[in-house]
Amino acid sequence: MNADIRAIKTAAEQGLATSFAGARGALPGKGAVASLRDDAFKRFETQGLPNRRVEQWKYTDLRALMREAKPLAGLADVRKPADIAAILSGVDASLVTIVNGRYAPEWSDKNAADPGIVLAELFAWLAENLDYKLGEMPGSDDQASLLNTAFMSGGVGLRVMRGATVAKPIHIAHVFSGDAAAAMYPRSVVVVEPGAHVTLVESFSGPDGIDYQVNSALELSIGEGARVDHIKIGYDGNAALRISTLGVTVGAKATYKDFAYTTGGAVVRNQTFARFAGERIDAFIGGASLLKNKQHVDNTLVIAHAAANCDSRELFKTVLDNQSHGVFQGKIIVEPHAQKTNAKMMTRSLLLSDEAEASQKPELEIFADDVVCGHGATAGALDPGLKFYLMSRGIHEKEAETLLIQAFIGEAIEEVAHEGIRDDLNLAALRWLGARA
Amino acid sequence: MAFLEIKNLHVEVEDKKILNGLTLTIEKGQVAAIMGPNGSGKSTLSYVLAGKDNYNVTEGEILLNGESILDMAPDVRAAKGIFLAFQYPVEVPGVATMTFLRTALNAQRKTRGEPEFSTPDFIKLVRDTSAKLGISQEMLRRSVNVGFSGGEKKRNEILQMAILQPSLAVLDETDSGLDIDALKIVAEGVNALRSPERSMIVITHYQRLLDYIVPDVVHVLAKGKVVKTGGKELALELEASGYAQFGGEAA
Repeated sequence: MNADIRAIKTAAEQGLATSFAGARGALPGKGAVASLRDDAFKRFETQGLPNRRVEQWKYTDLRALMREAKPLAGLADVRKPADIAAILSGVDASLVTIVNGRYAPEWSDKNAADPGIVLAELFAWLAENLDYKLGEMPGSDDQASLLNTAFMSGGVGLRVMRGATVAKPIHIAHVFSGDAAAAMYPRSVVVVEPGAHVTLVESFSGPDGIDYQVNSALELSIGEGARVDHIKIGYDGNAALRISTLGVTVGAKATYKDFAYTTGGAVVRNQTFARFAGERIDAFIGGASLLKNKQHVDNTLVIAHAAANCDSRELFKTVLDNQSHGVFQGKIIVEPHAQKTNAKMMTRSLLLSDEAEASQKPELEIFADDVVCGHGATAGALDPGLKFYLMSRGIHEKEAETLLIQAFIGEAIEEVAHEGIRDDLNLAALRWLGARA
Repeated sequence: MAFLEIKNLHVEVEDKKILNGLTLTIEKGQVAAIMGPNGSGKSTLSYVLAGKDNYNVTEGEILLNGESILDMAPDVRAAKGIFLAFQYPVEVPGVATMTFLRTALNAQRKTRGEPEFSTPDFIKLVRDTSAKLGISQEMLRRSVNVGFSGGEKKRNEILQMAILQPSLAVLDETDSGLDIDALKIVAEGVNALRSPERSMIVITHYQRLLDYIVPDVVHVLAKGKVVKTGGKELALELEASGYAQFGGEAA
């Protein structure tokens, strides 16, 4: 599409421009950060909200799905939600709360307890880490990512020290609190130094019935030989619109596991931009989504194999009930010198209703000649033969369906390495199934 | 009153008529063999008894203990005591065999208004039963039938039957795909379940299985109805003469 004949700004785009003009002076960070914001917004404006004509946003037309820009969320009247602890009920984690896009230390566990980490409010952390270049993560030029850079209100910076093994998972809980819809733009940076081990959970939650908007971004840098498990839990309110961008660079010999579990939100897009920068990386990126009513959930990946001898596996499973729409886009790029890449991508959708829709687009772009790469996609209803087999043994129809759906989604959840988190997610899936029956 | 009465049963599958006025009576505790050529309707009969979808009964009646089962869902029939050992047991990825057995047993008991099995009692029951059938603890932990050999799948069917203790067991070509050693293990498992309280329908194409599970009565099925009934010697006769006399293809 030619920028010259771009459509007139939508109400949401106009709202974003007004918001930015009004807020830019007051947003945190001066100097370099302020010019980063200005530059990002300028670049955003040339294209506007991504729409179906932009290949990466083909199935999630933000221009159509985001009708208006909500006012920026403030900190007036925020109340501590009672149920943050319930998000990971079976896990002893260090809680880091981000409320309405800002770090809330008073609602967080004191991180001083673990000598392996240094955690601070994002802009304070950046002031202490001048060598860190914000906004250079993979995916930083994506339209939604640019919006986050323009409006980013805070979040945390976190460094996991070289060789440290962080005993407890770190749970960054993004919470929306308020009675009226607003928009929040949390941004966090996590630097995992070489040889360190950490389990990082990001969760998103907020009340039902309020069409709040979240545009979050996480910059994750994984050092050589480090091990990172990143789990993203989407429990947003049923009217929420959330876009979460993850930009990750992975160093040589690192083990990286990423998992996105989504049951909440009206419109959700998890987009992951990964760059495997060193050799002998072992990576898994996957997810499980259980959707109902008119939920629209999009998991989009762009994975660049930029070094030789790396293994990556992707497995995404989606259960779709009612009129829900599940989207998976996965692009694996194997760069010319990334020989001996071993990449396998699979996406499976289980449709529980005639009106549910699955859009799945796995892609491989291979520029090296000595690689093993494959991808697959399936979509279908519950196998009537399996259901009959279970029922013929006396299992009631709903229970048979529940067992089969649980088995389907459980294969993906099984990939979560942390036992307590895995158990929590399996229980959450069971609760979802229980609410269905 | 006979235990199972099938009266003038007509069944269509996708508009194709498969059973054509089948009439059959099974007494309590009786082991009845049903033999017949390919396409005679043997497997259709087993699926209609178990209540599979898309098997359209256009005429006739099936009475179990005098009660019509035609409007019952498969799980209700199972709770009433009907068990089908599948010719091709399906693989159920992600559902552990132990979970499957416990869910099935307790679901049936719940439907019948009986208390659920306690976990220790259930584990003991499965351990004792599976040992007799040469089913290892490792197999019980695996997903149902996933990665099982043909023989293991058939033994797993008999294990389920032994745990669920049906009053009417329908064995659909349980001998197919088994070598002679596997066949003996399966037949021993079935024979151990013979009881005056349990009727069995043993469906087979070949006489061989009936050397090991000796029937009380043999029915010959051809073109969707019973065309001949006799004692166990009828099976040997058929082995010698084939099914051509009933208008079916040669065995």
